[in-house]
Amino acid sequence: MSDLVIEAKDLTKHYGDFVAINKLNFAVKKGEIVGLLGPNGAGKTTTMKILTCFTAPTEGTATVNGHDVFDQPLEVRSAVGYLPESTPLYTEMMVYEYLEFAADMRGLKGEKAKKQIKRAVEQAALGDVIGKEIRALSKGYRQRVGLAQALVHEPPLLILDEPMSGLDPNQAKEVRDVIKQIGQERTVILSTHNLPEVETTCDRVLIIARGKIVADDRPELLSHRAGRSRFLVNFLDQGEKTQAALKTLESISGVDVVHSLEAQRGELAFELIPKAEDDLRPAIFRAAVDNNLTLVGLAREGQNLEDIFRQLTVGNQA
Amino acid sequence: MKNTLTIARREFKSYFNSPAAYIVGALFLIVIAVMFWNSFFLEQRASVRRLFFWSYFVAVFVAPAITMGLLAEERRNGTLELLITYPVRDAEVVIGKYLGALGLYTVLLLLTLPQVFSVSTLGPLDWGTVFSGYLGLFLAGGAFLAIGVMASSWTSNQLIALIVALAISGVLVVVRHIMVFLPTGAASVLEWLSIGYHSDSMERGVIDTRDLLYFVSLIAICLGLAFRSLESRRWK
Repeated sequence: MSDLVIEAKDLTKHYGDFVAINKLNFAVKKGEIVGLLGPNGAGKTTTMKILTCFTAPTEGTATVNGHDVFDQPLEVRSAVGYLPESTPLYTEMMVYEYLEFAADMRGLKGEKAKKQIKRAVEQAALGDVIGKEIRALSKGYRQRVGLAQALVHEPPLLILDEPMSGLDPNQAKEVRDVIKQIGQERTVILSTHNLPEVETTCDRVLIIARGKIVADDRPELLSHRAGRSRFLVNFLDQGEKTQAALKTLESISGVDVVHSLEAQRGELAFELIPKAEDDLRPAIFRAAVDNNLTLVGLAREGQNLEDIFRQLTVGNQA
Repeated sequence: MKNTLTIARREFKSYFNSPAAYIVGALFLIVIAVMFWNSFFLEQRASVRRLFFWSYFVAVFVAPAITMGLLAEERRNGTLELLITYPVRDAEVVIGKYLGALGLYTVLLLLTLPQVFSVSTLGPLDWGTVFSGYLGLFLAGGAFLAIGVMASSWTSNQLIALIVALAISGVLVVVRHIMVFLPTGAASVLEWLSIGYHSDSMERGVIDTRDLLYFVSLIAICLGLAFRSLESRRWK
């Protein structure tokens, strides 16, 4: 068997006239933690619902562990641990009782079930609340119960729909740590619209917008590929020199656009976008000296994921 | 099959976790007891026919209350999505939920037995009729529950599920009492369709295969339609 855990070909889903996803093509390799990123309504949840065989694609195919999601739903579901959006749980049940139910539904029996429930409880750090009713738990704990039920049968693939939304920063960190730990031995695909989460948790990012994949790369490479770097320049504010400084910067060869940023603490601030990926810092320094500007700050910045995300998902909204 | 029982067991247990089930159960038993003993002392006969009649009557209302949340509430909470993405067939989900509800109904029926024993101390009882009467009640209730499961599969609103189930069960119960307005041919068809027509003969002590067949088909059709509605999400 190949080491592809997910393979989607021309995956398309229509809800009536609405096209939720449109010819998605992607593959996920064993052991990857993939972040599915996109604005609300971009098709993240739809993609996950197809991969868990909750709904069927209108066109195209997807396989999980080599099984087709439409023709072999039971095999696919056995290979997947799923945590739907907003963590729906049977809140009247106790944590242990609920995990026993999940293990039972996964066909685990006797000692094996006990062992694996114990392991899932440890991984999700649920030991303290095992005898409590789920409805009495905080959102962070509930989320971890959701993770534990998705883990109990030790599936090769975990599909987590917005596992960190609605959590406070501490809870989010706990859940993130659990996911990272899980990701060491399993393939994980998670959706989010929280960019820092992706940068810290995922090996790879798929950005979906309006039903299409608009970017697919490692988070750190994505910044290099999609974004030109930019330069932040600060001059000492010496009277009415904003326009002159702006002109100076614009006249440097290789500069595409210059934005004047808000002046702060007696400093004029500008943002330079270069035409190509050249280092313009020496040229900026020389231009400043030639024009009698007191350069007090000069920095080169790669675009962060947030900028790229905005650019890809809003920027080309034609 | 194993999954079906797991779901049924969870469903059955969860009834006992909610006060609603206790209230519905208590109402069921109290209404039956009050109505039955009222008429019992008037008639001065050691018969449980009236017990069966009132149980049947109350079951029309209680069954939809038992089933209304089964699929509707799970759909609203999103737990249905998690449940049917376990390696389980849609049919197993429907049947499991149905069996869970049937389990609770069976417990309620068993809780009416003390009244039968009380009657038997007051005079001789025909235990054959008692058995066939309970079988009729079980099957009629089973039909109401199947209708309820079907209604619950159509919506994510419990109240709508309750009303729709009541309406359908109500029609199937009442239909033979409005037949006087109809031509004979149509009347006999409608009479055959009605639930009471088939459970009545069992209350009288007659177990007829045609009646059994009627209940089994009705239950199968309703659960089949519930299955279709659950499965429809996977239509392309």
